[in-house]
Amino acid sequence: MKDLTCRVLVVGGGPGGYVCAIRAGQLGLDTVLVERAALGGTCLNVGCIPSKALIHTAEQFHAATDTASETGLSFGKATVDMGRNVAWRRSIVDRLNRGVAGLLKKAKVRVVTGEARFLDGKTVEVTDGSSSYRINADDVVIATGSDPVSLPDVPFDGPVLSSTEALSLTEVPDRLVVVGGGYIGLELGTAFAKFGAKVTVVEAGDRLLPQYDSALTKPVADRLKSLSVTVHTGTTVVSVSKTGGAVTLQLRTPDGTERTLEAEKALVTIGRRPNAGSAGLSELGLDMAGPAIAIDDRCRTSMRGVYAIGDVTGEPMLAHRAMAQGAMVADLLAGKKRKWDVRAFPAICFTDPEIVQVGQTAEEAKQQGIEVKVSEFPLAANGRAMTRERTDGFVRVVAEKATGVLLGIQAVGTEISELSAAFSIALEMGARAEDVAATIHAHPTQGEGFQEAALGVMGHALHI
Amino acid sequence: MGRYVVKLPDVGEGIAEAELVEWMVEVGDTVQEDDALASVMTDKATVEIPSAAAGIVTWRGGEIGDIIAIGSELVHLDVPGFDDSGPKDASEQGAAEPDSQPSPSPQSPTPPKEPKPARSEAVEPPNQVKLSTTRVLAAPSVRRRALEAGIDLARIAGSGPGGRVVHADIEKADQNRRTEPGQAEERPNEEVRVIGLRRKISERMSLSWSRIPHITIVEEVDVSALERLRGDMNARRKGDGVKLTVLPFLMRALVIAIGEQPALNATFDDEANVVTQWGPIHIGIATQTDTGLTVPVVRHGENRSIRSLATELARVAGAARDGSATREELTGSTITITSLGPLGALATTPIINHPEVAIVGVNRMSVRPFWNGNAFEPRMMMNLSSSFDHRVIDGWIAAVFVQRLKQLLETPALLFAEMEK
Ligand SMILES: Cc1cc2nc3c(=O)[nH]c(=O)nc-3n(C[C@H](O)[C@H](O)[C@H](O)COP(=O)(O)OP(=O)(O)OC[C@H]3O[C@@H](n4cnc5c(N)ncnc54)[C@H](O)[C@@H]3O)c2cc1C
Repeated sequence: MKDLTCRVLVVGGGPGGYVCAIRAGQLGLDTVLVERAALGGTCLNVGCIPSKALIHTAEQFHAATDTASETGLSFGKATVDMGRNVAWRRSIVDRLNRGVAGLLKKAKVRVVTGEARFLDGKTVEVTDGSSSYRINADDVVIATGSDPVSLPDVPFDGPVLSSTEALSLTEVPDRLVVVGGGYIGLELGTAFAKFGAKVTVVEAGDRLLPQYDSALTKPVADRLKSLSVTVHTGTTVVSVSKTGGAVTLQLRTPDGTERTLEAEKALVTIGRRPNAGSAGLSELGLDMAGPAIAIDDRCRTSMRGVYAIGDVTGEPMLAHRAMAQGAMVADLLAGKKRKWDVRAFPAICFTDPEIVQVGQTAEEAKQQGIEVKVSEFPLAANGRAMTRERTDGFVRVVAEKATGVLLGIQAVGTEISELSAAFSIALEMGARAEDVAATIHAHPTQGEGFQEAALGVMGHALHI
Repeated sequence: MGRYVVKLPDVGEGIAEAELVEWMVEVGDTVQEDDALASVMTDKATVEIPSAAAGIVTWRGGEIGDIIAIGSELVHLDVPGFDDSGPKDASEQGAAEPDSQPSPSPQSPTPPKEPKPARSEAVEPPNQVKLSTTRVLAAPSVRRRALEAGIDLARIAGSGPGGRVVHADIEKADQNRRTEPGQAEERPNEEVRVIGLRRKISERMSLSWSRIPHITIVEEVDVSALERLRGDMNARRKGDGVKLTVLPFLMRALVIAIGEQPALNATFDDEANVVTQWGPIHIGIATQTDTGLTVPVVRHGENRSIRSLATELARVAGAARDGSATREELTGSTITITSLGPLGALATTPIINHPEVAIVGVNRMSVRPFWNGNAFEPRMMMNLSSSFDHRVIDGWIAAVFVQRLKQLLETPALLFAEMEK
């Protein structure tokens, strides 16, 4: 048993933990990071990055096989070597892993590999095979992330996959059932559909992506239909049986009848659970907010000197939230004044088309008693969208009626995610519709849709 | 081990809440039964809350300066051998029927709703922008600078378009706070929270000043005779008798003057529009203590001799200073005297002890030349600065009262003659 002491101990090397550690190191704090698996956490290894790589190649494959295109292009028979595709994705992940390791080293962070177990609010024990450490710190940051939730009594094995296994499939399954129509299930389900799998989505709610309004999700639902994806909403899984190389799901439909569905693989994406109970965390007796560790606006837990960041603190479980919290906590630990002061929190679904939501919806603003003006610009009137053969979607701006101050922006469209930067900056800077309208947006880009929607708030959109 | 909950007991009649002014324990401390856990402050009295059990403090129910309702949870103790297997939803029950006794009451092992840090946006859904977005327009860098400089953005009038707060506004606000530019670096600004007695004083002063139109009359009093008499009386004082100051004489004069003008011994309930003229004369004496101004009360001035007034005054003022004064001794005055002793200045503008209608201020005594018709004569002079609630006391009434005080003090025999009646 080796004893280590440090100023800051970060447990978990995902986007929350590694960003916190790097920043703490940059600020001159003696920092130790403990990670049991690979640096970069869920996001880098089995989340954001590999999923987006999969989505990218799926779209390319689909474009090459799209016979409906009127562009005059045609390709020979497209094929995919999924094994190589997985290896290619792995290489991106490896490069980023090494990048993170390099950044940590440069910031003089000591990285300890192994499973951490909390002995108390200041001490963890780390075991890695034969070697073990006891690490004592002045301040501790819990960044243990989250794990996928499985169906009751149906563990992830064989043909029943979590997103992690789905991302390492070396063959495209003939038939794939996706249980759970949230963004992770739809992103992966769409990708496999583009690779030629027969995909069925089973969602218990009455529509897909229930946290977004129906106008935003409609283009996604339409696209799924054109990709021959079957969607069963209001449908629950009653039982799952694994039979040889396949899986059979018993479903209950909204009218109460039961039906069976057979597939080679079932991908279960019904949510993620904060890693807040294991690793001796429950013995710390921290205050909880449901399954997550409760935090205040400085990511402080109920125990002094113990902070929590990222997925372990609950929704929204997104990498950029974890990173922003990590950087904030490092600043706080270095004695800077900080608090969670975020007005524009972007959430993106990398579905097809993509959905971006930043700031408030009209509904949320109205609930606060704000009178709003809503303006929507359809991409069907956007030149760039036409040149890319995809005119489904729109940009919608919600502004305060009296002042034109932007309150929120929602958009759906192909690769519209890149506009989230413009949306967030406008909101954080406190822009009015007039400011956006008076800013020249290059032609031809989908960004012009943002400018047009802002003009619409002022009552004079040009191109509709 | 069980969780034992100490609640804030009933600390005085009709009191619904109290301000937490001091913690005597930290989380992790071991306490014995009857050890003081915290001090809370009600209207005027500060009360120590004792522990009803021995154990280890696991939770404290608030920060200094918080207002806590009677019956709410003050401290959690881990008590060895204490059975806390109450009903499973006891935490809700506990809130529903606050137990005002600090006696053992079994609580559920579930901690009550944690009052510590307010849960933040961080655990809220992503798309929530606080209303302040529409109120305070400011870029993230401006907001951060304001936070670092300890400036509340909501209090700054932004100079940008539509009231947008820009960097220059923060700089200006920061500079305005420095009294002497250039020296501010040497001594950091300090924020002192207005809590406890100071907060009470602040509230009462604002209440009085904002509600009561004050009329202040300054009059000079020739106290040469009074001073001679006082000297004699002090010289003949018995071993344990208190030394007489000028105050008991003034109190006696007040009693006599009020006998003729009962309207001055009154409180004015300006919400009900009722002036109550009080029978007994309870004289409040504004007294400086280590923590600030308090007003101990000499009750029933009308029944007391000068010596009795002096003895009682010394007792209640002493109790106020050493913090042992009871609530009874700190409330219920019907008229107030304020005196700064040797610091009493030439004249002051006393603020009425709301809801009373008059306050008499005593200024410094000094030898001043006095024109006796032929020549200047050195006389011992003292000013009285008295304020009145002009809504219910006319200037004429106030002037008559002050003149009467002057007369009584200049001819001290009257103070005793009147007593014979
Ligand atoms: C398929 C998929 C796609 C996603 N796509 C996106 C996206 O496009 N955009 C987005 O913003 N978010 C996305 N997410 C979510 C994102 O991955 C998470 O929000 C993010 O990773 C959370 O970061 P974190 O640091 O809180 O936790 P994690 O990334 O989960 O990291 C936690 C780390 O802690 C380690 N750890 C846990 N316990 C211990 C212990 N006891 N000892 C040592 N180490 C421990 C784990 O091994 C892990 O590496 C996606 C997630 C999935 C699954």
